[in-house]
Amino acid sequence: MKVGIVVFPGSNCDRDAAHAVRLAGAEAELLWHERPDLGGSQAVILPGGFAHGDYLRAGAIARFSPIMGAVGDHAARGGLVLGICNGFQVLTEAGLLPGALRRNTTLRFEHRWVTLSVERDDTPFTHAVPDGARLRMPIAHGEGCYWLPDAELDRLEAAGQVVFRYVAPEGNPNGSARDIAGVIDGSGRVCGLMPHPERAAERILGSDDGMHLVRSLVESIARVEAAA
Amino acid sequence: MGVYRLAVSVMPKEGILDPQGRAVEAALPQLGAASVHNVRVGRRIEMTVEADDALAARDLVEKLAAEFLANPLIEGWSIQEAHPEGVA
Repeated sequence: MKVGIVVFPGSNCDRDAAHAVRLAGAEAELLWHERPDLGGSQAVILPGGFAHGDYLRAGAIARFSPIMGAVGDHAARGGLVLGICNGFQVLTEAGLLPGALRRNTTLRFEHRWVTLSVERDDTPFTHAVPDGARLRMPIAHGEGCYWLPDAELDRLEAAGQVVFRYVAPEGNPNGSARDIAGVIDGSGRVCGLMPHPERAAERILGSDDGMHLVRSLVESIARVEAAA
Repeated sequence: MGVYRLAVSVMPKEGILDPQGRAVEAALPQLGAASVHNVRVGRRIEMTVEADDALAARDLVEKLAAEFLANPLIEGWSIQEAHPEGVA
């Protein structure tokens, strides 16, 4: 089982993501963004950071990195793709996930702990989350305000594509529409969220709730392999 | 073949909250400019384009704006002629 972790110039959570994947029992390989392939990875993580300096818009330039063709092909074949923070921004810019991540309405970079509800615990990214669990994870972003026109938000919710929401006690940290912290695509194979599961991967970090997501991902790969 | 200097102005769409504009506006009273309102912040991207004619240059820049320089979901854009390179 191998999870590829894309490294853009400016990614800074790639090694943390690799560490979390290894804790979950899978192999992790860092994939430089200029390569045109995924090195045989069965799942891909687009990690947090500031790809290409976040110039123009967060994720706007990363979308055109050579490896993104392989990521798109992987998703089209039903492969698993998880975007964390900047990775989520890249996936929306690439059109692999709906919506846009705008500047926080709070007028500042927000870095703190948040609490998440899991709206869908039947996805390849959340099936290992204990029933009804609220997850504690850190956020660290300036552009995390999830936005879609109202009518499209209605469609997104009706389709069950909202996976995570910010909930009390901290609540919504960035002005995201309908408290949305993470979404999944129509195929259920591409997921993105602003909070950092890899920074909540061990209790010594303050929480290991993020491992529910990483473990879900790794177990999902194992299930596909067992079925093959 | 000609060389054309064009600019794309990208602005947050009307009705979309613009935190940058709000932050700038919040500082204006300190400058004695409390009478200035509705500040919105966008960006301007200038470029030199080689093309068969002015229309072809504009078409290419329009395509770049729609696909890359702006995010049509949240931003609008307009294209202007810019000063030739090196001329302020």
